[in-house]
Amino acid sequence: MTEREKSAARPVRRLGDRIFEGLSTSAGILILLTLLGVAIFLTIEGVPGITASPEELGSKTGGKGFFAYVWPLVFGTIWAALIALVIAVPVSIGVALYISHYAPPRLSSTLGYIVDLLAAVPSVVYGLWGLLFLSRELRPAYQWLAENLGFIPLFAGNDNGGVSSNSILTASLVLAVMILPIMTAICREIFLQTPRLHEEAALALGATRFEMVRMAVFPYARSGIVSASMLGLGRALGETMAVAMVLSASGVVTFNLIGSTNPSTIAANIALQFPEAFGLYTNVLIATGLVLFVITFAANFAARAIVERRKDFSGAN
Amino acid sequence: MTTTLQRPPSERPDFATELRDSRLPLWLPRAILLGAVAVGLALAFLSPLNIPQAVIIAWLLMWALPIASRIVEGSRKATDRTVTLLVTSAFGLALIPLGSILGLVISKGAPQLSADFFTFSMRNVVGEGGGIYHALIGTLLITAAATIISVPIGLFTAIYLVEYGAGNRLSRWITFLVDVMTGIPSIVAGLFAYALFVIFFGEGVRLGIGGAVALSVLMVPIVVRACEEMLKLVPNELREAAYALGVPKWRTVVKIVLPTAISGIVTGVTLSIARVIGETAPLLIIAGLTDSVNFNLFGERMATLPVFTYYSVKFPGVPPEASIDRGWGAALVLIMIVMLLNLVARAVSYFFSPKGER
Repeated sequence: MTEREKSAARPVRRLGDRIFEGLSTSAGILILLTLLGVAIFLTIEGVPGITASPEELGSKTGGKGFFAYVWPLVFGTIWAALIALVIAVPVSIGVALYISHYAPPRLSSTLGYIVDLLAAVPSVVYGLWGLLFLSRELRPAYQWLAENLGFIPLFAGNDNGGVSSNSILTASLVLAVMILPIMTAICREIFLQTPRLHEEAALALGATRFEMVRMAVFPYARSGIVSASMLGLGRALGETMAVAMVLSASGVVTFNLIGSTNPSTIAANIALQFPEAFGLYTNVLIATGLVLFVITFAANFAARAIVERRKDFSGAN
Repeated sequence: MTTTLQRPPSERPDFATELRDSRLPLWLPRAILLGAVAVGLALAFLSPLNIPQAVIIAWLLMWALPIASRIVEGSRKATDRTVTLLVTSAFGLALIPLGSILGLVISKGAPQLSADFFTFSMRNVVGEGGGIYHALIGTLLITAAATIISVPIGLFTAIYLVEYGAGNRLSRWITFLVDVMTGIPSIVAGLFAYALFVIFFGEGVRLGIGGAVALSVLMVPIVVRACEEMLKLVPNELREAAYALGVPKWRTVVKIVLPTAISGIVTGVTLSIARVIGETAPLLIIAGLTDSVNFNLFGERMATLPVFTYYSVKFPGVPPEASIDRGWGAALVLIMIVMLLNLVARAVSYFFSPKGER
């Protein structure tokens, strides 16, 4: 075989092709490096904060070591996100169902767009709304809760019988509103993908509309609902400004929803402390950011795993 | 032998009553809805009750329908009507915060908007007066820089995933990690930018470009997702036709694939800008706040609209009124920018998408 035939057997690779493929590939690799960089740089800057002794950290962390400092924050982060999720999941399923199966079909895309508008509102505006409007409006409701349901530890209020409306319940309500549009959008998409024949079969057998939804739509959409919820949880865990503005936090671990002492969240704590932080305390805050990164990563990873595992049984095939 | 089973006439089922159960009249749901709304309006405006209380009472009145249904129609229909009421209420509930936020921001922010508000910075302003010029400049510069960083990376990554990767190991990893990146909390992106720049510039670094880097971390995955979807929509016949004419692959991508998908790509990029322009947390960390105008992305602190809003409201100083009012004004401007970007994105996808796909 001559040299000429060999080269003809291979496709021609022009210089432009090589450059273009190189550019595309390196852009992809740059994304890998960025994510690696997030983990590495946070670790580099965070490690001095983790390893520092309580004496070195001094009064900023209340004379505690890193782990004693971060534990109430981790608790607050997860607690606030879970409350938000408990509020948002039923509402978002209801809204998605209304748009996909209950509203007049001509209106449904417009209604979907209206709910999507909630996602367009910047987080700082949510914080503004929560701080200057919602927390004031909710005060009478909290007072009522404390007086009538005060025997439940969740609604114990303050020791003197008063309540605080800048509490974790208000912050979680704002978080619930913030994660509502993304969860609704995913649920709506899944509900709309339910095979038309399943729905019509259920209706033809005499099912009412709710029975049709229960028998045809929900089984089909279950994994979608779970992944929407986990995505919402991830959002709620990392959301900063709404909590930072609404919550008056004092770094305690409590299940009291309407008291004046509330656990802070990692993200809100960083936002409040970082601008004035210096020295070793900066490293401590960056280390708490690393913890938050790990928690949200775990939540997103779990969502993906659940969706992958359920895919085969979802009825999609 | 045949036997005929003759049913006595008296035992014949009465189809008229068995198939048509007693039903509530068709006008009843509408009547109850109107009645409840009327009672609610009357209570809200003519009685000492406030609006939330009136809404709750009107909502409770609507339960008359499921209750009547349980009495007349039986439990299955009643459950159906209950769920209909609940689902519709959920939608109404979701509209309350939207209406409340937009109404509040517009009513409190609109009086602040004036020529001075847009053209003055906060330099040497105590109490009333001052404006958002410096924050507006900062937001536009930082977002523009973030777009310049993110769009090439995002677009080329999408091209790699669709045109070159073809489901190999690297492209699967990239897809997975782009998913992970969408989940990065915005404040972590800010900390990343700080941790990156602190190595070069020392402790307490505050730079506009740092904010752009942080926003890029949030923006790139959105751009990749949007572009990938759009490139996948380009029919393979177009590519094959180009290859058949002997066009090199890179020219096929540049001249055939990208122009076909361009409206979708522009829409996706505009939406991603709208998503990051309202981000507060990363800019709070790395761009900081200043009272003066700063045009230099590479030097000193830079004010931005979200951070300006945050500080105006959270730390208003004494007396607080003027500062909080400025916060509402800045929030209104921010929302207007975001809504405008969303409108532009919709308009682009409507007017410039390839013919026949509308």
